[in-house]
Amino acid sequence: MTGAQILLESLKREGVDVIFGYPGGQVLPIFDKIYDSDIRFILVRHEQGAAHAADGYSRATGKVGVCLATSGPGATNLVTGIANAYMDSIPMVAITGQVKSFLIGNDAFQEADVTGITRPITKHNYLVKDVKELARIVREAFYIASTGRPGPVLIDIPSDVQMHDTEFIWPEEVVMRGYKPTIFGHPGQIKKAAKLISEAKKPIIYAGGGIITSAAHQELKELAEKIKAPVVMTMMGLGAFPGTHELSLGMLGMHGTAYANHAIMNADLIIAVGARFDDRVTGRLDAFARNAKVIHIDIDPASISKNVNVDIPIVGDAKNVLGQLLQEISAPSDTEEWFKTINAWRKKHPLTYKDGGKIKPQYVIEQLYEATKGDAIITTEVGQNQMWACQWYKYKDPRSFISSGGLGTMGFGLPAAMGAKVGCPDKTVIDIAGDGSIQMNIQEVMTCIANKINVKVAILNNGYLGMVRQWQELFYKHRYSQTTLHNPDFVKLAESYGATGIRVTRKEDVRAAIDKALAIDNTVFIDFHIEPEENVFPMVPAGEAIDKMIGGLA
Amino acid sequence: MRHTIAVLVDNKFGVLARVAGLFSARGYNIASLAVSETLDPAVSYMTIVVEAEDERVLEQVKKQLNKLIDVITVTDFTKKEHVERELILVKVSYSTKEKAKLESLISKHIAKIVYHKGDTAIVEAVGDQHQIKQLLDALEQFGIKELARTGRIAIA
Repeated sequence: MTGAQILLESLKREGVDVIFGYPGGQVLPIFDKIYDSDIRFILVRHEQGAAHAADGYSRATGKVGVCLATSGPGATNLVTGIANAYMDSIPMVAITGQVKSFLIGNDAFQEADVTGITRPITKHNYLVKDVKELARIVREAFYIASTGRPGPVLIDIPSDVQMHDTEFIWPEEVVMRGYKPTIFGHPGQIKKAAKLISEAKKPIIYAGGGIITSAAHQELKELAEKIKAPVVMTMMGLGAFPGTHELSLGMLGMHGTAYANHAIMNADLIIAVGARFDDRVTGRLDAFARNAKVIHIDIDPASISKNVNVDIPIVGDAKNVLGQLLQEISAPSDTEEWFKTINAWRKKHPLTYKDGGKIKPQYVIEQLYEATKGDAIITTEVGQNQMWACQWYKYKDPRSFISSGGLGTMGFGLPAAMGAKVGCPDKTVIDIAGDGSIQMNIQEVMTCIANKINVKVAILNNGYLGMVRQWQELFYKHRYSQTTLHNPDFVKLAESYGATGIRVTRKEDVRAAIDKALAIDNTVFIDFHIEPEENVFPMVPAGEAIDKMIGGLA
Repeated sequence: MRHTIAVLVDNKFGVLARVAGLFSARGYNIASLAVSETLDPAVSYMTIVVEAEDERVLEQVKKQLNKLIDVITVTDFTKKEHVERELILVKVSYSTKEKAKLESLISKHIAKIVYHKGDTAIVEAVGDQHQIKQLLDALEQFGIKELARTGRIAIA
């Protein structure tokens, strides 16, 4: 078989059913084989869209997303998408063409040192120098991407290697002496953790994206209910625990609920699972939860004691470790007093907004929630739209909320929605967007139309780069430097692509527009003209302790 | 504080860049780095000396090193009993009037003259960091024209 055939055969063996990508000079041999392959190929309109789509596909399904691009600019266009997947620990395999082996380093046409460029933003990467190594490398890449703390792996394949012939040998086993993730928690540590939990008066569970990655949501629910502890979630953790559950305090951190932040700041025990104490969560570190002991469960030893000192580190897969922990914990804890305090916070500082006047973005999202009964997959762009989507939609299930967490990539939402819809065709997929972000990868509407991937895009159109404007309003004396946007007519724009466009300027039309959009068998843009200077509250100013919130009733 | 870290890695292209990248990404300067094959040609042994003020950041670097797929083991020798050595080559002036003085100095140290031509000599020495420093201090009076060091290697 040729290298190109080996690649496709290997992808099939890894269970790949779809590739997002774009052709080019140095991947012609691969595309020639794709012509005859039964793997679905989604031709995007920009390689960044391919990377985000593969990422969204992975987040929605739990499978490894695959994207493919040519050398040089094709590969560098993938870079943001790869970095995005890396920051959020998303399993992805990115395949790039490279100039012919003997031209590497020669400044050849469309050459870039792609393994060099992506080294700090991939879990691992490969330059294939010999076609005999290709099958093994693909096997390893999928194994590395999907195990331990997942992440993107890149395979760079020179075009001559794609054409070279060799015997296809599929390695049944992966052997790497430098890579053996710890998946079960140390029994001694589990016992210590169980003891701390039994002694805690004010425990709190701090759940992150690791719960979703390891499908530990059932175990998490069992634990929370067994020890009657409140659950706060990171943005990546939304959906790990039902937002509708009485023990849920929603999201914590910079734009978290006030009661979530007060609860973690006053807890005497934090049980952190699959979360990494990111600065958006902890605020000022030396003021963060000073009286709390910390149990930190994470598959990545490097995440433990990175930002916050941990009393009981447990390295392992969240699902396994929570299972082990559940067996150790016998008596339920008494947290009645603790909940009295928490409920007082809930009452005093509810998540709220002032209605009236123009369309409020919070109202739009509440209506999206009600119209979809919380069953949709929501993707977001980055900024205010994203934070409102976190606050006002209640995520019941894991993998129902898809957003760029670590990297904060504007332009992620639409291609991610596309990937999610390809992975879950029976689900309603809605991208909650801003008028700024949506224009960063708007070309992917064409991909949606061309491939009949029906997604709904709710644009919260305020004519601003809203989050930056909010900071300028609050911290830069209302000096709106370069945050006012002149926008296209989103309805006409949608229509020119073959999508449906709906404009909504009055509150009373919001729900009808949503219902209409959901009923239409097409990709739909709903252009909500919202209150231009609405802010996301509550908010913790950068560098402050997370219980020093401003805005709203906080 | 200076830390000596030994890293066992797969002997593949790109590994050095990955390891070095972890240090440079955090603004750490590598004081010295020595790499060579082990008895198993598929494995290389790196001795890295790094200056780190913040123990926590160094702890992170070690954990991140461990995360690299090509890294097999990471050992921090800082608080461990170990043997470390460095080899240096020093080019010094070897004029007739200083000849006797240099030779007598050399004999008191761990060094030897391995080459000389005209009024220049090359001194070779192997020792621990203390011995190397002493020798270099002593050689200063002859005017060090050039200095090449291997960087530390360590084993425990």
